[in-house]
Formats: sequence, structure tokens, C-alpha cells
Amino acid sequence: MDKITFREASRAGIAEALKDDSRVFLIGEDVGRYGGCYAVSKGLLDSFGAQRIIDAPLAEAGFVGAGIGAAIGGMRPIVEIMTVNFSLLALDQIINNAATLRHMSGGQISVPVVIRMSCGAGKQLAAQHSHSFEGLYAHIPGLKVLYPGTIGDARYMLKMALDDPDPVIIFEHVMLYNMEAELPEKQTIAPMEKAVIRRTGHDLSIITWGGCLYKAMDAAEQLKTLGIDAEVVDLRCLRPLDRVTILDSVRRTHKALIVDESWKSGGMSAEVSATIAELGLWYLDAPINRVCSAEVPIPYAYHLEQASLPQVAQIIAVAKQMMEPFNASIRDPL
Amino acid sequence: MSNNKLHVNRIHLHFLLKQMIRIRRFEERCVTLYNEEKIRGFLHLYNGEEAIAVGVMQALTAQDAVLATYREHGHALARGLSMDIVMAEMFGKASGCSGGRGGSMHLFDSSQRFYGGSAIVAGALPIAVGIALADKMLQNQAVTCCFFGDGAVAEGEFHESLNLAKLWQLPILFICENNLYAMGTALELEQSNQKIHLKAASYGLASQVIDGMNVVDVEAAAKLACSAIRNGAGPHFIECQTYRFRGHSMFDTQLYRNNDEVEQWKKKGPLIQLTQWLKDNHQIESDELQAIELAVDKEIDAAVRSADAAEIEPVENLLKHVYTEVSHG
Ligand SMILES: Cc1ncc(C[n+]2csc(CCOP(=O)(O)OP(=O)(O)O)c2C)c(N)n1
Ligand SMILES: [Mg+2]
Repeated sequence: MDKITFREASRAGIAEALKDDSRVFLIGEDVGRYGGCYAVSKGLLDSFGAQRIIDAPLAEAGFVGAGIGAAIGGMRPIVEIMTVNFSLLALDQIINNAATLRHMSGGQISVPVVIRMSCGAGKQLAAQHSHSFEGLYAHIPGLKVLYPGTIGDARYMLKMALDDPDPVIIFEHVMLYNMEAELPEKQTIAPMEKAVIRRTGHDLSIITWGGCLYKAMDAAEQLKTLGIDAEVVDLRCLRPLDRVTILDSVRRTHKALIVDESWKSGGMSAEVSATIAELGLWYLDAPINRVCSAEVPIPYAYHLEQASLPQVAQIIAVAKQMMEPFNASIRDPL
Repeated sequence: MSNNKLHVNRIHLHFLLKQMIRIRRFEERCVTLYNEEKIRGFLHLYNGEEAIAVGVMQALTAQDAVLATYREHGHALARGLSMDIVMAEMFGKASGCSGGRGGSMHLFDSSQRFYGGSAIVAGALPIAVGIALADKMLQNQAVTCCFFGDGAVAEGEFHESLNLAKLWQLPILFICENNLYAMGTALELEQSNQKIHLKAASYGLASQVIDGMNVVDVEAAAKLACSAIRNGAGPHFIECQTYRFRGHSMFDTQLYRNNDEVEQWKKKGPLIQLTQWLKDNHQIESDELQAIELAVDKEIDAAVRSADAAEIEPVENLLKHVYTEVSHG
């Protein structure tokens, strides 16, 4: 079977949606003539025309809000925001409007908009182009938050998002776009809101998503050679959170290690950790551990950027430490 | 050439030419260094637009403040940041003007009131309004000068900032570098009314449009605007018509424009224009031009050598500069 890239998979998902449903259109900065800032929409303007592949001016609050309005009005917009950092200009529309309208109107208004954006670090783009704010979006009731980390999810999650009657945010990590793999069969793709166990193991659960998934898989592979059998849980959907799959995994492995490219404080890893502590404390036979980004805006210099991000070696080191008998002094915060 | 340029003398014109050549050649070297992977991340070149930064900077004093975009190598150099600290920053070295944390898009030098280096389109405009507000409140006799592109004009922050600047009658000079494209989106696809200077006028700012390829025109307009601002006339707006000769960044395949258009604009380029005028009017000898180019190349070589040799920030300092350091002395 031929391999395709994550980028091509995303593009194929968008093309299929445009073909199947005349209400679908793609709107965002440079999605048309330029071909998309990360080339996801390259060629779509030629196939679908400027009525359905709409180059928006630099006006994030404006065109994201317009996407929300068009969804209310009966269309099925796919809004692309170049980078999660720029989505902050549209946060008002997303949080104050998209996320609240159904509730605030007593259930009268439906906002079936899909908002895609790239995110994540690794390209030395510094502190205004590299962040991971998925936890911030996952904080908001009314939104659904997807984060595909595999080719299959990149290809098929968009359709599930479009079929959903509520606003869905989709994150695409910039380091995944060139990743290549065989495209799995559509029937093998789990429903949108389910976490998926990407690798089974009985020694510990590494719980992660999106850009850190391949790092976790890498680490699990290397841990195997050290005699540690790690399970890898891919959350895929950060809101609503599939607690059942998380807890089921931890119930079997008795150890939870969360890997998150965002910051620890108040982040998604904290939510997962609290969920395990609240509902699965008695399953655990080691403290929950987290490998996250350093608490610093992402720096430009290569060595500093890499030092700020979760690394495979770190995941391995923490996993090894978790397998050793508990040593309170290592964890003493004082 | 029109009357307001006649006072410009030979030495000054040579200086302007040298400043533009410095920026042009510095960035040409940056392309080589990018291909060698010494410079990473996004790299946005100012190639074709040099007359704007160089012209406007002539109207500013050391007390004035400057804010620019991610396409700001030219503004940094013209403002007076040394090539050494700018190049070191692009190499991600500790001696860089942002300690290696910012890179090409985030050059800073607070000692020269050069407040970046902002990569959120239109994000610097409200900050510029605030700096001008502070200067006014503190009774500092300073102008804040904010550079941005045509694309920024579509953002809400642009409109909010112009309104505030005029409402509060602030000492601020807005410079719009209209190069006809925001990445791959042409002006007519981003603006319902493409006469950008009229938008500023609608907020009550003194506003004009000029040839941004002519460094003498730019200097003259900026000086008039700054002296009016210093005399309490409030915010001014100058739309500079220009063109970028290269792609938006190093990743641009330029599917959205044709080569003819680029070649036509290159003929009107700021360096060609000034060099030709100087030659036609016997204001520069070929050995003088050579001497300028030689001096610039030497400066660049030295900057690359020192950036190459410079130390990187120790990784132990990763968390430095997130907050103010408290001294326990
Ligand atoms: C808020 C925001 N949205 C999108 C981008 C991505 N982006 C960077 S530069 C650019 C085009 C800006 O065009 P313009 O303002 O005309 O400046 P130019 O690059 O032409 O100098 C875009 C879309 C960004 N940096 N910030
Ligand atoms: Mg532009």
C-alpha cells in the first residue's frame, strides 16, 4: 500500500467534505492562491473555485466570527487559522459566541462550525508561532477539541467533526505534516470522542496526544529493549475527555505518565492527572508523573527550543524511575 | 526631482545609499546562511523596501521609539543596531540582540528604543499607541514610529489603534509599507477600499501616500510629519507604496503573482533609483560606489565571523527572563 503524508491526509479529508456536501467551504488566510501556509489546501482552489476556497484578509476575529455566523445560517464552514497563536485574536468569537450560543439561547441555536489550526513547536519559530493552547480550548464547555496524531485521524476526523452539530476545534501539529504512513481503512478509525490505545503494554500507561504521540511511541519502543512494557494511550479528543479509556488503561498498568507539549501549570496534563487521581487513585502503585514543556515561552535558538520541549529521552528516564521502588526523597518538593 | 529635495546634499545621499546597500547585502548574506542552516525559523526579507526604513529613520532622534514587524532587519540596522548583534541573534547566540530567544522575527534593543520585532500582524500598533501615551504623560518630547504592512490594515487592532491615537492626540507616526500583498493575498482581495491612506484620514489623522521606492521622498515626508507631530499636531500616517522583490518568506513558491510584475517593480527599486540619479547627475564616482560596497561587505563579513564564534546561551538559563530577576544582594 502507498504511503501518504499527514498533510495529504488532511487535504484529502477537506476535499472529500467539499465534494460530498455543497454547504461545506474552506475559509482562511492564504488557503487559496498561496496554497495554505503549511500547504494543506494546495490545489483545492483549482478543484473547487474561489466560492468555496475563500482567501480571507488578515482579520481573525472577523472571518472566524463569519464562519460561526455562516454555520448558524445553514452552511458547514471549515475555518483555517494559520497558527494557534493567531487564534487568540479570534478567542472572543470562539469562546463568547461559538461555545455559548446553544446554551445561552436555551437550545435554539446550533453552531456546526469546524475550526482547524496548526500548532506546536520544533521549527524555531519562537514565542509567537510555536505554542500549544489545546488545553485552553479544552477548558471551555460548548467546544469539542480534537487533536489527530495519526494519518488515519488526519484523514477521517474532519468528517466526524463536520457531522457534529456543535463547534469543533481541530489541532494539527506542524511537525506532523511531513510524517508518512499507510492510510488505514476508514472502518478502523474510532469514533471522534474515543481515546485509542496505540500500543498495549502492562507496565505503565503513557497518556498523550497530537504532536507528542510519536515521541511516546518512540519511547515505548526503546523502553521495550530495557524490559519495560509501556502502553500508549492517544487521547485524540481532549474535550469531551474519554475518561473510561484512560482509567481502564491505568487500572491495568497501575502507573500513569502524561506527556504534553504544553506547560504543566493549569494545563491539559493537569486535567488528565486530576481525573486519574479523583477516579483511579486506588489503581495506582506509583505517583502520577508528567513530562511537559518548560515554563517558558518557546525560545528561538535550537538548543533552547529543544530543551524546552518534551523529549523521548526524558520520557524514558521518567518511565524508568517510575518502575523503581518508590523513593520519597526524589519527589520532595522542599 | 521636486523642490523639497533640493537641500539634500551629496554626502547625505551617499549615506542614504550606503544604508540601503547595508540592508540589501546583509539580507543577501542571510539567504546564504539560511541555506547553510546557520539561520533557521522564518526569514522575511525586506528586499525592495529598504528606502522606507532608511528614509523614515532620518526623521527620528535617539529619544524616539520604533516598532516594526517580523520583516524588520532593515529597520533594526537603520535604527542603529549593529550588524554584530543582529546577526548573532539570527544565529541564536547569547550575544544576539534578544539573547538568542527571538531570532529574525524578534529583534529588540531597548537602549535604542527599538521595541521589536513583532510577528503578530498588527499586534504592535496598540503597543505603539501606549508608548506614545506614556511619552505624552511623562512629557517626553518623543515620537513613536510604528511600521506595518498593508495586510495589517484589515485587522481590528489597526482601526482601534488609529482611533485611539487621534482621540488622544498622541505623538505617533504610522508608516504603512504597502507592498501590494499580504503573503499570497493581493491588496484587492484584502481591502474593500484599497486607498489605505484614506482609512487613516477617516479617523482624522493627517494622512498621505508617497512613493516608497524613493528614499529622498520618504525622508522628506517623514521629516515634515515628525516636525508637525513634535509641534503638537497629533498622529500622522504615511502610506509608502513599495514592493517586495522576493517571496514572503523562504518558503514561498509565489504562485500568486507573475514574474513580469516582479521584474517591472525591480526596475523601480530603491537602490537602482538612487544610484542612477547620482550617476546621471555626476554625484557619485564609480570608485566611491565601490568603496561603499567594500566597506559594507567588510562589515557583514565581520558580523558573520563574530556570530559564528559567539557562545550559545547555557541551557541552564532556559527559564531566565520569564520574570524579572530578583536580586538577593
Ligand atoms: C495575526 C496574524 N495572522 C496571520 C499571520 C501570518 N502572517 C504573517 S505575515 C502575513 C502577511 C502580512 O502582510 P502585510 O501586513 O502586508 O506585511 P508584509 O508581509 O507584506 O510586509 C501573514 C498572513 C500573523 N503573523 N499574524
Ligand atoms: Mg504587504
